[in-house]
Amino acid sequence: MHDMSAHAVQHHVPPTSFIRKHVFSLDHKVIGKQYYALALVAAICGMALSWFMRIHLAWTNAAIPGLQLLSKNGAPGGVMTPEYYLQLMTMHGTIMVFFVLTTAPFAAFGNFFLPIQVGAEDMPFPHFNMMSFWVTFAGFVVLMASFFTADGPTLGGWTQYAPLNAVGSVGGPGQGTGVVLWMAAIALFCVGQLLGSLNFIPTTLDLRTKGMSLMRLPLSAWAWFITSCMGLTAFAVLMPACILAILDHVAGTSFFVASNLVMNDQLLPHSGGSTLLWQHLFWFFGHPEVYIAIVPGIGIVSHILITNMRKPMLSQRVLIYSMGALAVLSYMVYGHHMFVSGMNPFSSLAFSFPTLVITIPSTIVVLIWTFSLYGSKLRINSASLFALGFISMFVSGGVSGFFLAQPSIDILLHATYFVVGHFHLVMGVAAMFGIFAGTYFWAPKMFGRMMNETLGKIHFWLSFVGAYCIFMPFHYLGMAGNVRRYSAFVDDFLQPLIPVHRFITIAALITGAAQLIFLYNLIHSRFWGKPAPDNPWEATSLEWSTPTPPPFDNFGGKLPVVYHDPYQYGVQSSAGDYVMQASPEQVKTEHEEK
Amino acid sequence: MAKFFAVTIIVIAILSAIPILRHTWVAPEDISKHGHLIDEQMSETMAEAGISFLAAQFVLAFFIWKFSNPRPDAKLKNFPGGAKGLVIAALLVVGIEVMALGIFGVKAWANVYLTPPSADAMPIQVQAGQFAFYFRYPGPDGKFGPIHPELINEGSQNFYGLDPEHDVESRDDIVTAEMAIPVNKEIHLLMHSKDVGHSFFVRELRVQQDFVPGLDVSLHFTATKIGKYEIVCTQLCGLGHYNMKAYLSVLSQQDFDDWLKKEQAMQ
Repeated sequence: MHDMSAHAVQHHVPPTSFIRKHVFSLDHKVIGKQYYALALVAAICGMALSWFMRIHLAWTNAAIPGLQLLSKNGAPGGVMTPEYYLQLMTMHGTIMVFFVLTTAPFAAFGNFFLPIQVGAEDMPFPHFNMMSFWVTFAGFVVLMASFFTADGPTLGGWTQYAPLNAVGSVGGPGQGTGVVLWMAAIALFCVGQLLGSLNFIPTTLDLRTKGMSLMRLPLSAWAWFITSCMGLTAFAVLMPACILAILDHVAGTSFFVASNLVMNDQLLPHSGGSTLLWQHLFWFFGHPEVYIAIVPGIGIVSHILITNMRKPMLSQRVLIYSMGALAVLSYMVYGHHMFVSGMNPFSSLAFSFPTLVITIPSTIVVLIWTFSLYGSKLRINSASLFALGFISMFVSGGVSGFFLAQPSIDILLHATYFVVGHFHLVMGVAAMFGIFAGTYFWAPKMFGRMMNETLGKIHFWLSFVGAYCIFMPFHYLGMAGNVRRYSAFVDDFLQPLIPVHRFITIAALITGAAQLIFLYNLIHSRFWGKPAPDNPWEATSLEWSTPTPPPFDNFGGKLPVVYHDPYQYGVQSSAGDYVMQASPEQVKTEHEEK
Repeated sequence: MAKFFAVTIIVIAILSAIPILRHTWVAPEDISKHGHLIDEQMSETMAEAGISFLAAQFVLAFFIWKFSNPRPDAKLKNFPGGAKGLVIAALLVVGIEVMALGIFGVKAWANVYLTPPSADAMPIQVQAGQFAFYFRYPGPDGKFGPIHPELINEGSQNFYGLDPEHDVESRDDIVTAEMAIPVNKEIHLLMHSKDVGHSFFVRELRVQQDFVPGLDVSLHFTATKIGKYEIVCTQLCGLGHYNMKAYLSVLSQQDFDDWLKKEQAMQ
């Protein structure tokens, strides 16, 4: 830890031109906002695609007004073709997992708040940080460009299983150029996140201000740190895998295509590749990715709950260790995605037990959250409602993991809507609730304006009830054997399930519309909201010690000195029932960790 | 608002549990010899997951109800026992619970995947391709003729790339678009894909297995109930994935022999 309290070490001078200030900015706060804006645009695109998909699944032959404008061939007269359904589904999953669930909670909030929470004036490598965003942005542009290719985006799903991802256009619409663009986009995304992780780790380890020991870091900072460690290893595996897949397309290699495969009665010009190799590489990234999406949410929700409970968690250390355990175990469980893939059946058992063990740190986190509510003075506002909703969703999505962790049950549930319900609740909705909680909590600091609480609460109620109406029935569909990734339900046994799909679609349309309330609230308050005070939530961590919005170097030329643990609530101080980390005021604490 | 939120959580939790308790949407009746083990494992897991789900939601709702917006003079308190008790509870209760599930689940898995098929199991080949399954029976010689991928031609209905002119074993092979098996007879299913990844899923048989292009994969099972069931593909394989299916007929031995003779005559 460096002693930088006496003087602020300027890595770069304040920009003067518009371009350097708002476009190619080196300031971590601007980069954080750029990531947030990217996630917002991506979320709007991803959600619109999910609406189209849901309408098609409920009323297969329905014409969706305007869809033909997106693709004349994919939706002639607005009626979606089977292949176009798969293409939109692939893009929905890709956009949401990579460009929303990873960018918003990790890259957006992490960029803006990690340096401030550790008491630094910026990240150590601002140029890398700027590149991180713009490379990620380029990835998004490349991905979206596939909509405008002759046969549209890839239809292979966000998992892009081999050899469908490598055989070329003979595999179907979008499997030529569409796949190459997908792989290039994700490789770029990986580069962006690697550059981001390379900044987050030294920011946490080396740029902490005086007095900021590791155990004095807020839980959100710990979550971003742990996530960046995962990002560094997970994205480093996916990126080369994407490059190998591109080589299979453009250089005649056969990394992922086996010998003697026949399509359209023609022997494919590939030999010696391994189909399962892709799955191993993808899921070695893919399972940590689940935690890359959710661990920042765990940290953000903990941070927000503590502020609104007016007392620290029962144990800060246990939460940190649990997040660490989730991160480590996430690399040992990835094979549970492959129980029936054809890999050695003994491997399935080997992957099953760590998957079951991961329930333990998850349970500990939930127990600590829930039982910390005991004896608190819980404040209800939009941020705390979404944080509490996060817990409910995390539990609901988590318990279905009990089933999918077991290879024998996976025989029945694999590739069904049960899986869709599970991951949407636990890494989709829960992570989104973490993003919403973070937005309502931190928007005043990021934008200098308060968001509208009434609209925030309406947004919460519609989202909370709506998300359950959408994703709980997915589990029932899966139990009845409803296979996922079908563009229409033609099998006899699926006919009785179509009314359930219609209910889900109606719920999805209403819940999706509710997100427009959030969008309006965010944009309206950004420009016309009530000006935010420096510390509207009476919180303790360093981001609330600095003016709103924070100055260019975060702390106005002098880095703060930290005197306290991050969450000193329930004390008698001159400020009220809390004492800020940077306040030298000595108070008697009733809730010091034993 | 907090109390309303607490009630909402409880109502959602109860409503979520009702279809499970009423068995509104469940897997169809098991027709396999091994399936009851999977179903029992499923029931035990449902009980443990269901109790965990309801307990967690109820406690969360109760604490939100009880501790939100308290009187200004209310004192902060910590849960008796603190974090230590909770960690020990998680380690012991959840640890034992999930380990038990894992250990008992091994039996169900082992029955399908870790025990070899019996010597007299009936071999049947299944080939998956965009977007159809084709089945092959070895004929009276009990041997499958070799596959020549370069000869695969759907137009001439040589789905397996057989060369009966040169391969004696191929001459009596029977290739069908429908799968039929005798009831109570163990089947040794030999699976391969001709193009991309596919899967073989029969809900009633409690069987699901991916086809891996480039690898021969096998499964064994015994059907115990006569009937007609749907085989569907569960691995995304292209635009026709949703429509890739075949039928499985479980027949009496006599009906199966008759069916096979009929199919042989049609080759």
